[in-house]
Amino acid sequence: MPHDALHDCSPAAALSARRLTKRFGRLTALDAVDLEVARGETVVLWGPNGAGKTTLLRCLLGIVPYEGQASVLGLDARRQGREARRLLGYAPQEVRFPIDEPVSEVCTFYARLRQVEPRQADALLDEWGLTALAATPVGALSGGMKQKLALAVALLGDPPILLLDEPASHLDVATRHELMGLLRRLAERGKTLLLCSHRAGDIWRLAQRVIVLRQGRKVADGPPEAAAAEIGGRAILWITVLEGRAADAALVLSRHGFSVHPNGAQLWVGGTIGRRAEPLARLQEAGIPVLDLDVESEG
Amino acid sequence: MRSRVLATIAGKELRDARRNRWFVLFAAVFTLAALGLSVLGLSGLGTFGLAGFGRTTASLLQLVMLLVPLMGLLLGAMSIAGEREQGTLLTVLAQPVTAVEVFAGKTLGTLAAVAGVVAVGFLVSGAFLASATSLDRVGGFLTLAACTALLGGVHVGLGLLLSVWAGRTATAVGLALLVWLTVVFLSDLGVIGTAMVLRLTPGQLLWVSLMNPVQAFKLVALPALHGTLDTLGPSGRYAADVLGPWLRLVMASVLAAWMAAALGLAAWTFRRRGAL
Repeated sequence: MPHDALHDCSPAAALSARRLTKRFGRLTALDAVDLEVARGETVVLWGPNGAGKTTLLRCLLGIVPYEGQASVLGLDARRQGREARRLLGYAPQEVRFPIDEPVSEVCTFYARLRQVEPRQADALLDEWGLTALAATPVGALSGGMKQKLALAVALLGDPPILLLDEPASHLDVATRHELMGLLRRLAERGKTLLLCSHRAGDIWRLAQRVIVLRQGRKVADGPPEAAAAEIGGRAILWITVLEGRAADAALVLSRHGFSVHPNGAQLWVGGTIGRRAEPLARLQEAGIPVLDLDVESEG
Repeated sequence: MRSRVLATIAGKELRDARRNRWFVLFAAVFTLAALGLSVLGLSGLGTFGLAGFGRTTASLLQLVMLLVPLMGLLLGAMSIAGEREQGTLLTVLAQPVTAVEVFAGKTLGTLAAVAGVVAVGFLVSGAFLASATSLDRVGGFLTLAACTALLGGVHVGLGLLLSVWAGRTATAVGLALLVWLTVVFLSDLGVIGTAMVLRLTPGQLLWVSLMNPVQAFKLVALPALHGTLDTLGPSGRYAADVLGPWLRLVMASVLAAWMAAALGLAAWTFRRRGAL
């Protein structure tokens, strides 16, 4: 183990990682990542799919084996995993609850696991506007409602730290706006938030700091403005091309000076200030059909 | 391990089993078949007297050896692999619980589900038998019920082992069916073939056959029903001669050892592998 990894993670930090490395066979999903999140801080982990964001959260939760060190308020995430997870609320990217279980049953189950009174689960359902759906099976909920349920479950036991993986990814505009308000309130109440996102925009506005991950490495860590500059300017386009053409499209746009991150069939295109229409023209010239386009609010 | 966490996870596993259509089908088939065998077995009571009781319990034994391993293997195989595939396991492990608590809770829930079906099947059958015959042989019947629960436990353990090892539910279920075919049908052929090729002594034959938990079950269940072990060939006669009055205890211990080994290995694998 490298010498640095033997250093204790800072007990003052809410979350801390030293040379955190996770390998899946030959693939290195996280490569010696150092990270520190102060108590009460709101930090966004940004990166395209496959950058290692979700893996980093799972390591901090202590639910996958890893190399290096990870700690939660001074507790070792691996050796003191149960105690550390009591301090963490986690909402996964894809909301995963048994589809045939009613909402109330899901909440009660997780409340019991967290050794929380079931009435706190009822109060959270009420706060999140889910009381009317208490008897509804999870499978019948909309994407937004499932996400709300996941957040309600993450808040059971009032943990001081929340790890939220792409919390706004399946939400419509209105629900997304509502979520941003709630996250802001949680931050004001002193919660530490670590939010994963592969998009910038409104999530970044909450952040005091953005950590940029790319191919398992930390490539930037600083205020949102600095991170935006690092990843290619503030004007951002999301371009969807045909499945299988994303790599070609990324190559074409990079040749013309754009900062591009493929994300499945989508391309995140930065560096478009004053030339937002140009990527479309370049792709058309190259014979790559554009299926959809989204202009993200700046920085 | 905390009992409240174990009870919560075990309770959820029981509820999941109740929602599982395979489990419901097994429960219905086992109960109806047990009742049907009792009715048929006792239909000739006037002619055969107490032999009707023996005939019924012998039929139950065959039913148990077919259905209970299949039920235990399939429920075990679907338990963890299914949750891992759906991603729900990750959400559970992200709570302040340990992997061992989650595994133990799921195991207890699955064992309770299988034991529940066995209990209902034997209660229905036993109530019918008790109403029609004397209670002289109730001890043997209860021994058969207890050994059946143990046989179910062994196969739940084997199913869970496949479940934690396999990446997908379909793989775990496919392997479970293969194990079922092996322990119920193919093992006897394998033992016979091995005995012929290697010219095994009866003692060696006995220990080879105990590599199949269903054989151990036969050796404990048949004497309980006052059946003869001659039907199991030289290894059965050898077991009866060598172990004498200890036979039932030894064979029940063999079954318990099978269950402990399967569950121990499954727990170890689960702890190492984590949620992914």
